[in-house]
Amino acid sequence: MKFTKLLTGAALALGLAGTAIAEEKTKVGFVFVGPVGDGGWTYEHNQGRLAIEKEFGDKVETVYVESVAEGPDSERVMTQMALKGADLIFTTSFGYMDPTINVAKKFPNVKFEHATGYKTAPNVSTYSARFYEGRAVQGHIAGKMTKSNVIGYIGSVPIPEVIRGINSAYIHAKKVNPDVEFKIVWVFEWFNPAKEADAAKVLIEQGADVILQHTDSTAPLAAAEEAGNVIGFGQASDMAEYKDGPRVSSIIDNWSPYYIDRTRAVMDGTWESVQTWDGIGPGMVGIGEITDKVPADVKEEALALKDAIASGEHHPFTGPINKQDGSVWLKEGETADDGTLLGMNFYVEGIEGDIPQ
Amino acid sequence: MDLSSINPILLLASLMVAATPILLAALGELVVERAGVLNLGVEGMMITGAICGFAIAVETGSPVLGFAGAAVGGALLSLLFAGLTQFALANQVASGLALTLFGLGLSALLGQSYVGVKPPSTAKLDIPLLGDIPVLGPILFGHDWMVYFGIALTFAVWALLKYTRAGLILRAVGENHDAAHALGYKVVRVRIVAILFGGACAGLGGAYISLIRVPQWTEGMTAGAGWIALALVVFASWKAGRVLLGAYLFGGVTVLQLNLQAAGVDIPVEYLSMSPYLITILVLVILSADRSRAPGSLGRIFHASS
Repeated sequence: MKFTKLLTGAALALGLAGTAIAEEKTKVGFVFVGPVGDGGWTYEHNQGRLAIEKEFGDKVETVYVESVAEGPDSERVMTQMALKGADLIFTTSFGYMDPTINVAKKFPNVKFEHATGYKTAPNVSTYSARFYEGRAVQGHIAGKMTKSNVIGYIGSVPIPEVIRGINSAYIHAKKVNPDVEFKIVWVFEWFNPAKEADAAKVLIEQGADVILQHTDSTAPLAAAEEAGNVIGFGQASDMAEYKDGPRVSSIIDNWSPYYIDRTRAVMDGTWESVQTWDGIGPGMVGIGEITDKVPADVKEEALALKDAIASGEHHPFTGPINKQDGSVWLKEGETADDGTLLGMNFYVEGIEGDIPQ
Repeated sequence: MDLSSINPILLLASLMVAATPILLAALGELVVERAGVLNLGVEGMMITGAICGFAIAVETGSPVLGFAGAAVGGALLSLLFAGLTQFALANQVASGLALTLFGLGLSALLGQSYVGVKPPSTAKLDIPLLGDIPVLGPILFGHDWMVYFGIALTFAVWALLKYTRAGLILRAVGENHDAAHALGYKVVRVRIVAILFGGACAGLGGAYISLIRVPQWTEGMTAGAGWIALALVVFASWKAGRVLLGAYLFGGVTVLQLNLQAAGVDIPVEYLSMSPYLITILVLVILSADRSRAPGSLGRIFHASS
């Protein structure tokens, strides 16, 4: 009798376990460098996370940790996510590169996706957007609209992604306005609204009437609005709340399609390590609405430039372009290769100052 | 390099703005620590003050009410810390860290509907005659009232601690809570009042960021200012005057290094960027060579023997 009960119990337990396995959700983790309410970079990554939930419903479970410092702490966060059963982990900042690789070694069955990095492994993919394409459009508008010929640029962290953006914006501003000058201030943080606002105010005080930023909060736009007669651009997100004020356009990071595709690949077992670097054409980089503050002809030119980049007709880094020291980088008609762009560690000719090491 | 693009008047004026949030939070923490309590929740109280102040200012249209609300918000959060450490006798370090995490989460929740909302502007004090003095006028007399409140608060805290009976009791409690208790002073009561004051000051510092310095609400916008305020108290040797000096030095060098970067000065950016921390620490360490030390009971749990 006892034996029969034992067998029945065992069979029931196995049945329940089988049901649990059948209903097991795919667990997707996100490691964010800023708060989800930053209004910029992390906000857009979180929109991608929400898109996964919307697309797959109760087939997925997403988890995230926000404001994770780049460095050893991120490794701990990733490890905990993997230990708690994450099947796929998106690590959304450049500084998570080595921690991602380290944790991926320990968890070969977990898939990792690292944003903006360049190191891969059998279970690590990289993905990034060609933000520099959007910077080209911004540079064009900035060069056309500046009256003081001084454009302020708030740099976050001196990595190739940020340097590419500075160079791209400068090349396209200079193309339409040879008198233009870039003043660059580095804040060494992705997100610090007070410091970003201070940097914007300093640039405005030193004559800039256009502010470009590669930082994650809307603080520079708030500073531009306070100053009056200064324009700026949304960064990573549309920052549409400043449409009626200084924001004349924006670069929008659209991660949702990629996140949905990669989650689906894990769910159906087709995931493999890839390197994705998409731009305006495939829709990973969006150009936010160009407002009426921009003259109609400039708007038309900017949209034409956007279309030319999207179609592949124009590459933002097309020669002749010299490096800052005057040496030739790209000859007439020559375009930059992805390898050089991914490792870009120099300014182009005309930009003053040194890149922090 | 174009140093002529740096306007020294604007530079000096903006350093006062940059210093104010840290100054307010540090003064509050100074009083808390002089009472023998270590509250590592400054960041949490600042960010809570930032959203409480912002929300109330937006809803009422009054920045003054916003700042009052920020002080109340910060104080209420600090009351949680007071309950944990003074009644439940919880570890102060752990409780303070928990307070920061709680404050960051709570503010994010409270602030969801305020993202992208513009607060009412805080008018600058237009001081007749004084504001018209060449050079000094715009530097010293063209600020919002909170800048002057911060300076006044520094002198008030200094006078309270140095010249009043209440200050003497507070310091006695911080130096040796057992001796103070033996003399009949209400150690827990004194510490709770100090903690509430610290919370209110941190809240004001946070609201200064969201209502004046930036001005907007963004989740996590204090971005470590509370930790800088905490460090400042230690490096200032628990003296109000040095907190003022340290805050202004930190704010000043922060703004100066951004100006020097923009002007293209020929100093590596890395050195410029670390200079606010380095210079502030160096100056305050040199000043603290007078053997100033931490309050004797700092961070220690008080067990009433009777």
